[in-house]
Amino acid sequence: MTPPGHPHSKSLRVERLPHIWCQGCGLGIVLHAYADALEETGVDLDKVATISGIGCAGRASGYVNTDAFHTTHGRALPFATGVGMSRPDIKPVVISGDGDLFSIGGNHLIHAARRNIDVLVICSNNFNYGMTGAQFGPTTPSETKTPTSPYGNIENPFNLAALVAAAGATMVSRWTVMHPIQLKNSIKRGLTKKGFSFIEVITPCTTGYGRLNRLSPLDMMRMLREKGKIRKVPPTEAVCDPAREIVLGDFVDVEKPTYNEVFETLTHRAGVAS
Amino acid sequence: MSEVLTGKSFVHGDWACAEGAIAAGCRFYAAYPITPATEIAERLAQRLPRVGGKFIQFEDEIGAIASVIGASYSGQKAMTATSGPGISLMLENIGLAVMTEAPCVIVNVMRGGPSTGQPTGGAQGDVMQCRWGTHGDTEIIALAPQSVQEMFDLTIHAFNLSERYRTPVFLMADANIGHLYETLQIPEAKGIEVVNRKRPTEKPGEYQPFSAGPDMVPPMACFGDGYRFYATGLTHNEKGYPDMSVEAQDRLVRRLCDKIRRNADEIERVEEHYTDDCDVLVVAYGITARSALSAVKRAREEGIRAGLLRLVTLWPFPDGRIEALAKGIRGAVVAEMNYGQLVREVERAAMRRVEFLPKLGENPHMPEEILAAIRRASK
Amino acid sequence: MTLSTQIGLNDQRRARKYRVKVNEAYCKGCGYCIEFCPRKVFDRKTGLNAKGVNPPVFARPDDCIGCGQCNLLCPDLAIRVEEVEEHE
Repeated sequence: MTPPGHPHSKSLRVERLPHIWCQGCGLGIVLHAYADALEETGVDLDKVATISGIGCAGRASGYVNTDAFHTTHGRALPFATGVGMSRPDIKPVVISGDGDLFSIGGNHLIHAARRNIDVLVICSNNFNYGMTGAQFGPTTPSETKTPTSPYGNIENPFNLAALVAAAGATMVSRWTVMHPIQLKNSIKRGLTKKGFSFIEVITPCTTGYGRLNRLSPLDMMRMLREKGKIRKVPPTEAVCDPAREIVLGDFVDVEKPTYNEVFETLTHRAGVAS
Repeated sequence: MSEVLTGKSFVHGDWACAEGAIAAGCRFYAAYPITPATEIAERLAQRLPRVGGKFIQFEDEIGAIASVIGASYSGQKAMTATSGPGISLMLENIGLAVMTEAPCVIVNVMRGGPSTGQPTGGAQGDVMQCRWGTHGDTEIIALAPQSVQEMFDLTIHAFNLSERYRTPVFLMADANIGHLYETLQIPEAKGIEVVNRKRPTEKPGEYQPFSAGPDMVPPMACFGDGYRFYATGLTHNEKGYPDMSVEAQDRLVRRLCDKIRRNADEIERVEEHYTDDCDVLVVAYGITARSALSAVKRAREEGIRAGLLRLVTLWPFPDGRIEALAKGIRGAVVAEMNYGQLVREVERAAMRRVEFLPKLGENPHMPEEILAAIRRASK
Repeated sequence: MTLSTQIGLNDQRRARKYRVKVNEAYCKGCGYCIEFCPRKVFDRKTGLNAKGVNPPVFARPDDCIGCGQCNLLCPDLAIRVEEVEEHE
């Protein structure tokens, strides 16, 4: 039952709170920003589909008071593509993590961006695979010790904002959970804009990445505040390195025809059924 | 161009399947090219934009099946077609379709395997895969067309079954049928029975997305209907929320399986020839059944009381019918274009050994081979 | 006479007051509200909540400027900030 008068009873399934995420996990902050953005933009919540993949971030869809679906690992974007094509009046929003979207889901991500599918993607980047116990992932900084890189991570991380922009996304932003108002504003922009909109949110994984690297939750939040630098730069220059700096901001915001819009032209090219 | 192409034409099986989908009301197709199913995609790439439908070619088969589930949950009748290697890729999401009860049709135009195998050679080597390929306890429905006409008719039937039971349905064609040219008769649209999924009658707030009545099939709300439902591949309760309790797992898995098992009598479809008094039972499906029928007829001319049970549904497997037919026979013959798959089910249901005729490498059985086995079995 | 007195500012202006409500049942004790409050209005409660952590307590209401950082940064949506009406 919804507690009466709960401030987020419109946009969240408040009867399912408190959520399952760990103490200090940034996902709660992301969820809050999303809830506020949904309410403040005034979008019809019956026409939003919140879709998530597997991982801690993937649990977000279960707390949102819209139609919501929890897909298999890495497959939120093709699922969202099927939704958006079948019901162009529905806005798909994908909330997922760095591993789900860029490792197993990486191929679907770049193609969805290439097609300019109309979807808002909120990627919670916590630098590891949190749910399964903090193994390294495609964004883990080099040399980090994790359970599957016990001698240090010998791989190099992606720059997610640069990658998605190169693939063709029409909106690319990066914030951290220490910038909740800017995050909310970017989400509002993504909700009301047509095209492939991508928001990377740097979030602390307190029991995983943080604990393994001897960073307390507060250490990580202070680090995000200190290393986060808001700059207007091209996405390729938007460095994301927790040891040096994490460049934040709205890097790309352009307009291009969406996949659905171009598909409509096929109907005319093909000739409509008599 | 009309939606249902009523009339007579001379076409191949893949084309007929595509037209069957359109006639059934399919308006979403996700493609990935693969021999010998590509022609289904190519036909639908032409047709769907003309009938107000959507077509998309994905980066891989996994994207294709994921989008089919998304489209299904958006209220669309959705389909994808592939061959063995593509099904292997799709299996995880097929499990998601079973778990979230998403109606959809998956066509497998079977070719020689395993692995890349013989892309242009027909086979029947995936009939166990479609049943057991996805992990966990699942039940699926699989149909086996034996002609171009059935590629059309059974595609419509596949959609109807998927909508009625909220389950993925496989259409298991061998490549021989997929690329065979035959006469196809497409009836008037009004003569085609089309089944649509049950919709909820409750108001939003009262509706529980996975709560079912005696038929074990929950009414299905779709995105944008105002129900604000939640669906997940995790074990869930009737509200759709994840539930990791022992009771929830037991209840859900039983209902998902029993939904098919307890309705098997309505779902199973076989075609029988000369089985009323047969001493030798032949069991076959797909193109093999055509050779088998020829062999059975010739055996009858020689005075051997042979009969053919053609499986139209491969799954659920018609245990009861085989058990009944197996009483009092002298022998049985099973012919498949593989190295021994459904024969195991026949032996299990018949509770006896049978003579098995394998066939590997693109050519169907010749009637003579099956006839020779019938003669052996009749002694 | 100061300018503000001339234009009657001091008579009519009153600093806004805020009330912060903590839902102790949701709180997991991360301490972000305590740390990042610009006016340090929170203390740690000495008692434990049902989860076994020390939730914050709104110790210095007069210092609160209603910035809302505690509300926005709380990962558990456990904090509400309300303006106290003049008549309260």
